[in-house]
Amino acid sequence: MVNLSVKIGRLELPNPVMTASGTFGYGQEYSEFFDIERLGAIVVKGLSYVPKQGNPPPRIAETPAGMLNAIGLQNIGVDRFIAEKLPHLRTLDLKVIANFFGDSIVEYVKAAEALTDSGGVHALEMNISCPNKQAGWIVFGTNPDAMREVVTAVRKATDLPLIVKLSPNVTDIGMMAKVAEDCGADAVSLINTITGMCIDTKTRRSKIANVTGGLSGPAIRPIAVRMVWEVNKSVMIPIIGMGGIMTAQDALEFIIAGASAVSVGTANFINPVAAIEIISGIESYLLEHGIADINEIIGSLKT
Amino acid sequence: MSRFFKAEISGSDILNSDICLLSLKPHAEYEHPLPGQFYMLQAIGCYDPLLKRPFSIFSIKNNNLSFLFRVRGKATKILSSLKKGEVIDVIGPLGNSYPEPGSDFVAVAGGVGVASLYNLIEKYSCRAHFFYGAKTKDELVLLDKISSLAKELTIVTQDCSCGLEGVVTDACADAICIPDSALNGLPVYACGPNPMLKALHSRLSGKGIKCYVSLEEHMACGVGACLGCVVKGINEYKRVCKEGPVFSMDEIQW
Repeated sequence: MVNLSVKIGRLELPNPVMTASGTFGYGQEYSEFFDIERLGAIVVKGLSYVPKQGNPPPRIAETPAGMLNAIGLQNIGVDRFIAEKLPHLRTLDLKVIANFFGDSIVEYVKAAEALTDSGGVHALEMNISCPNKQAGWIVFGTNPDAMREVVTAVRKATDLPLIVKLSPNVTDIGMMAKVAEDCGADAVSLINTITGMCIDTKTRRSKIANVTGGLSGPAIRPIAVRMVWEVNKSVMIPIIGMGGIMTAQDALEFIIAGASAVSVGTANFINPVAAIEIISGIESYLLEHGIADINEIIGSLKT
Repeated sequence: MSRFFKAEISGSDILNSDICLLSLKPHAEYEHPLPGQFYMLQAIGCYDPLLKRPFSIFSIKNNNLSFLFRVRGKATKILSSLKKGEVIDVIGPLGNSYPEPGSDFVAVAGGVGVASLYNLIEKYSCRAHFFYGAKTKDELVLLDKISSLAKELTIVTQDCSCGLEGVVTDACADAICIPDSALNGLPVYACGPNPMLKALHSRLSGKGIKCYVSLEEHMACGVGACLGCVVKGINEYKRVCKEGPVFSMDEIQW
């Protein structure tokens, strides 16, 4: 037997594979395909203090080996999540990570407090790739000062393990990760989607109504692996790696680059049992290579 | 019985113009679909196209699931060129279905929209007043079979190459709206391009006719998780894959 369990700060996971926010609902949609208790953790669809309708359609468009989405963070809101979705999740032997966001620092703090008080949430993941609508629409995750302010405020509002999900739409992601670490984050996760566009040349309109969208899927994986490697050099806190992971080999690239855990996102859409196949694929890799513990290969890139 | 399974190609025919009829033999026991439900299909091991494509169930016979679609882009081209025996990934049946017609009913198909209605008229044979429209004769498929399954078949082409001249929505709405029409009061089931469904709505809304439409949208997951396939409902966005693909016409903002 090999050891697959990893630690994200105080949070102990039975294995390093989780599902990425927004690709797995609140768990129900995929529980018919496999036993979701086998996951390292579930990261639920991004929540805001106030429910959000999301963007007008069309919201998605396919691109070579990838997809653009501009769902617009449609969600039922923190209160309904706690009342309607959390009771079922609580009955499962499964680590629940609540992804959340806000349009202002006040909203971030309110959401973090409510999720912390709910009981049943094991960690928080902050999505900082949204603009501060009260302060000139500066995107929290691309401006170090805005990021410092919001992460510091949320850190004060929760004693749960706090993961900051980094935007790749920056010049120096290592520096942004350091800001998160300095503000008390227990871990960083990366990468969120890369802003992109695709245009229908017949109509000369963007293929998605929001004009720009977030690119995900295997197309972005080499960028994501490189960013994990850079962040691993700049911070001491654990890293959760994601971006186009389709197979166990893909997941292992992230782990070798420095990720203590990985998230499977777009792959769930294509293969509803992708996460489970990735867990067993990692296990087989360790057995084949005579490695007793997954922790031995985290950040083990030879250069 | 999982809704995610592998199936092999048991038949593939290009019918008139560029419409493909693809038959699949599931490798495992499968859940029986209802008329109006759909499946996500994809050739195995391919990252471009990355996503599965949604297709309405066309027919189920002798343990074969068949799908009718127009070959338009990369994904449909790949699916239509697979050889007998090749294996693909399938998720389904997904979504809701057409409500059971209590009586005779009206079916309105625009072009390849016939794909989703065929299974309905097969299940309730000789009960459908079927209006089948296309731009031109070439785009109409399986007319003999449809004619034998429908109670009555009215063909409409925009270029008058077959049947009546005009658009199918007008032909259907005119037939329903004439005084003492036998079709008045029957439920209407429609599938076709969005402009056609919109036109049907503008002709039939407010007349007390129950009308169900099957909608098509780009989808990523097909199971309600990604929220990518929404359409505007009256008060909120509705997922075509989960709350649909069949909607009562008055649930949708046209």
